[in-house]
Amino acid sequence: MTAPPDDCLARNDWICGAYLSSRREILLDAVLQHLHLTVVSVLLGLLVAVPLALAARRWRWAAGPVLGLTTVLYTIPSLAMFSLLLPVYGLSASLVIAGLVLYSLTLLVRNLLAGLRAVPEETRQAARGMGYGPVRLLLGVELPLAVPAAMAGLRIATVSAVSLVTVGAIVGHGGLGNLIYTGMNSYFKAQVLTASVLCVVIAVAVDLLLLGLQRLLTPWTRA
Amino acid sequence: MNTLTAAWDYLTDATHWNAEGGIWDRLGEHLFLTVVCLLLSCLIALPVALVLGHLGRGGALAVNISNVGRAVPTFAVLVLLLLTPLGTKGEWPTIVALVLFAVPPLLTNAYVGMRGVDQDTVRAARGMGMTGRQVMFHVELPLALPLVLTGVRIAAVQLVATATLAALAGGGGLGRIITAGFNLASTPQVVAGAVLVAAFALLVEGLFEVGHKCVPSWARGRTG
Repeated sequence: MTAPPDDCLARNDWICGAYLSSRREILLDAVLQHLHLTVVSVLLGLLVAVPLALAARRWRWAAGPVLGLTTVLYTIPSLAMFSLLLPVYGLSASLVIAGLVLYSLTLLVRNLLAGLRAVPEETRQAARGMGYGPVRLLLGVELPLAVPAAMAGLRIATVSAVSLVTVGAIVGHGGLGNLIYTGMNSYFKAQVLTASVLCVVIAVAVDLLLLGLQRLLTPWTRA
Repeated sequence: MNTLTAAWDYLTDATHWNAEGGIWDRLGEHLFLTVVCLLLSCLIALPVALVLGHLGRGGALAVNISNVGRAVPTFAVLVLLLLTPLGTKGEWPTIVALVLFAVPPLLTNAYVGMRGVDQDTVRAARGMGMTGRQVMFHVELPLALPLVLTGVRIAAVQLVATATLAALAGGGGLGRIITAGFNLASTPQVVAGAVLVAAFALLVEGLFEVGHKCVPSWARGRTG
């Protein structure tokens, strides 16, 4: 019988280079799944949030219910949210995405609405005076001016989504959360720490990326 | 049988409520974790935030800690704590994780509230001969109260959510009904647990809403 190898995997160290090199494939797959779930759900959230925010601004009576409903959704804990969607989606990636979309709605709708409402009335009147119709006014003047507020919401929504994807591990679609979950059950310290650190790295990287995008989209805010 | 009717049957079955580790036990654990950790985090965060806000120091820390708290996955922290030596000490990993995630919103809101007090008011108070301590407790704190209370409310909702997640990492609370449901592959139990958790979270939020309506109007502030 050979003696067990005395490396960091056998010692179950928190930080382990051998883990990184031997599990590169698994880690890469988990990171890609994590990014996929985050990006798809935030984009879908944005797709739903824009019409909701526009409706809430257009019709005064719609603002209360839209903001109220999204706030209620945001109050529901993530584990419960995913569980409530279980009868609809089953154990699938769609369940995680649907849950994340519902969460991102609150932040996106709120910030979009705040951004649109902050457009000065004089600016609107000037655009109308220059012959802008309602559609051109919205696309050419109001939405660009709402970008800083909307991007602030988008950044918070995206960072939260990166962190919430991990809870998807309960249905087996949690990206890096899956590694944390299995690492917990097998008491595998290196796997839990590596996956957790990668989550934070992704969150910070995505946030910086969006900040860069915001600078590109709104050159006029740079004094 | 339809999942929703089955979930309803689960919730209306008295044995599920009264059994050992049943709904009442889990509800008690959840309430206990939420209240104890809210008190602990207020004790930690509010004095620090009030003093920092009064002195006008450490603003970058107080504001950025919320962003850091958002980027770190709750689930990851729960599991990391479980694998440390603390993990063998019963509910302590859960309590530490709960406090860690409740402190940032408390700290940020209280700090922003203290700094947002009109500086003319503070100067007037100083001109009247108030000491730093008097300015802090009798001028700045009352004026910052709306934001401090907003922070407490956000922290409370956050605590309910984190306490639910604790069940994934072996902690107690209502989340246990959900995780047990997943382990039994019983969708009705999962849904029933989720309904309980959601109702509990909305109840906590609702209590703050009612409390908000009861406080005098000057303490309400513009933001809610």
